[in-house]
Amino acid sequence: MQLLRRVYQFGSTKHRFASDIKSTNRQKMNLFQAINNALDIELGANPKALLFGEDVKFGGVFRCSQGLNEKYGTDRVFNTPLCEQGIGAFGIGLASVGYTAIAEIQFSDYIFPAFDQIVNEAAKFRYRSGNQFDCGSLTIRSTWGAVGHGALYHSQSPEAYFAHTPGLKVVVPRDPIQAKGLLLASIRDKNPVIFFEPKALYRNAEDEVPLDDYELELSKAEVVQQGKHITLIGYGTQIRVLKEAAKLAEKDGVSCEIIDLQTIYPYDGQTLVDSVKKTGRCIISHEAPQTCGMGAELSAFIQEKCFLHLEAPIKRVTGYDTPFPLVHEPIYLPDKFKIYEAIKQSVNY
Amino acid sequence: MKHFMRFSKISNAFKEVPSQYVYQIDPIKNFEPIKQFRVIDLEGNLIAKEYNNIPKETLNQIFDLMISIEEMDNLLYMSQRQGKISFYMTSFGETATTVGTTAALQPQDFIFPQYREQGSFMWRGFTIEQIVNQCIGNHLDGGKGRQMPVHYGSKDLNIVTVSSPLTTQVPQASGAGYGFRVNGENKIAATWFGEGAASEGDFHSAMNFAQTLKCQTLFLCRNNHYAISTPTDDQFRGDTIAGKAPAYGMRTLKIDGNDLLAVYNGVKYAREQIIKNKEPFFIEFITYRIGDHSTSDHSVLYRSQEEIDSWKSGNNPINRLGLFLKKQGLRQFNDDHDNQIRKDVRNRVIAALKHGSEQQSPSIQDLFTDVYDEVLPHLQEQYTELRQHLTKYKDQYPINKFKGGL
Repeated sequence: MQLLRRVYQFGSTKHRFASDIKSTNRQKMNLFQAINNALDIELGANPKALLFGEDVKFGGVFRCSQGLNEKYGTDRVFNTPLCEQGIGAFGIGLASVGYTAIAEIQFSDYIFPAFDQIVNEAAKFRYRSGNQFDCGSLTIRSTWGAVGHGALYHSQSPEAYFAHTPGLKVVVPRDPIQAKGLLLASIRDKNPVIFFEPKALYRNAEDEVPLDDYELELSKAEVVQQGKHITLIGYGTQIRVLKEAAKLAEKDGVSCEIIDLQTIYPYDGQTLVDSVKKTGRCIISHEAPQTCGMGAELSAFIQEKCFLHLEAPIKRVTGYDTPFPLVHEPIYLPDKFKIYEAIKQSVNY
Repeated sequence: MKHFMRFSKISNAFKEVPSQYVYQIDPIKNFEPIKQFRVIDLEGNLIAKEYNNIPKETLNQIFDLMISIEEMDNLLYMSQRQGKISFYMTSFGETATTVGTTAALQPQDFIFPQYREQGSFMWRGFTIEQIVNQCIGNHLDGGKGRQMPVHYGSKDLNIVTVSSPLTTQVPQASGAGYGFRVNGENKIAATWFGEGAASEGDFHSAMNFAQTLKCQTLFLCRNNHYAISTPTDDQFRGDTIAGKAPAYGMRTLKIDGNDLLAVYNGVKYAREQIIKNKEPFFIEFITYRIGDHSTSDHSVLYRSQEEIDSWKSGNNPINRLGLFLKKQGLRQFNDDHDNQIRKDVRNRVIAALKHGSEQQSPSIQDLFTDVYDEVLPHLQEQYTELRQHLTKYKDQYPINKFKGGL
């Protein structure tokens, strides 16, 4: 793994992996604090950066923008009216005239009114104008994934809808250190990025997060655990579940390699291919429903590139093809036992 | 605020204000329409003398452009019928709105168009050749041949590229106008949309955001009475579109859109107000779409020729301006001069069509560029795959149509 260091105008350093960051200047932070820190750094370094969305001014319903309005003022950190299609469009307009627009959609379950603006406008702005215009300085942050009691409308993982849209990038961090670096990279990327934040991890995930201005490379997957017998691919909250399943499998003598996709689209296919060529087996796991989820795309891609290396069919362990339930959540989720079972079936194929 | 609270919290505490209450049911039932601002009448006579303030040279340039666009539109419409371009949208009857507005704006103002604003583009210097090349989609098109005809855009002229989804540009202009305000810029974001487009949800979002967040945005509604075949009676109730704007707390003008002097003065006033108050402004132009919606439309299927003619001869922006100029002695030229302008435009369009049709399309690689700021690995791979395929089956594809071929 090469250490990539480039110093940017804001004094930011760019890394491929969090483990490359040698900084000792760290602080214990949970996910929302890491997000807050990233936003604070960008607002401080970039006078053209603006942060807005519903309830952003008082600190946000998940505290991600805590203290930022007091620090940077209401022109730069502000509430919008309750209108997701407006938030998306407003962000595109700002970005098209050179501002760094960081738009917040409170729950990704409510991103759909902005779908037209995101898919038909943001994603195509550069292409359709022959590169005369772009909205690359737009980032849309939105909360994502199961939280234990969210049901249909506070639990969705809609990444697949956006991964099907050329011109967008889609990113999902797994913990605070990744979140800060990936968010800063997303904001500074010259393309519109949708950054999904696993709400279940806002308080639960903690780490010693470097206080520096640093970015982690987009479209690079990370092998978070090396293994020999099978490749497990996931992202966001699901990485924890994969780790738990791997522990169960380890007792059976099965060594699991776990890959965090990090950037959902465009994804790092090479890392996946290298791994599956080594292990010969693969499981992809996500909370989102099975049909046409990211598992479907990655299965198709991997079997195309690794067909002769596969010892077993690629298995997807995902949410069912139902709306996200309430009381059924514990049996809906692709938990460690379902993944463990899939590992066993794959290894014994 | 009298009480500045420590954490800048707004207080919505209850306060009894007796004047807020009435003690009988008296609903709002009358929707008194806002009157249209007008300077000249239908025969070009000057009514509102204090608005006769546009420089003579500007007025003549505007008139020249309006008749030029009429000729260009005519020819490009016919060229579609002849198969030279695939599609076109004329702007007959509406050029006082677009040309007059753009003349009253500043060059640094960003325009977010809908699709019928060739008047805005051309006032700022977009050429006949640029229009024709975009309609053909050849390698000279600034948009790299990616969009259907009339989807122009120009970074140099601060006019954001047209996109087909309606009304999407309107809340984007709210965003841009916000940026201009917080950065203290002497710039506004001016956005065009039709009365039909104003039915979309994006219109409401845009208006609410612009006024609530104080954006330097100018809303320009061309009410031309039809959205394709849908007349205004099937589109909305209440007092046209302008009637909605005060409900957002926004300053509003309704203007006779076929009166060039009213358009120019109204827009100039609106721009000054936006910069002074740092708040948006709404203008609705009442005009009429004399031509079909597009080359895919045949409007006599849903409206009568009598109706069209009532506007074409009764309330025509070019006629009214021309009569005004003549009556005021502002037009030094005679009809021969105007006919020559028209003839020159026709020849130029014909030459542009000929030259444009001889050009190649953008390169094969331009299928894959500009999706992102760089051609990312997965797109490189797909491009390579395509090249291999085209090489193998080269006789089955018009390879040489693309600049650079394979």
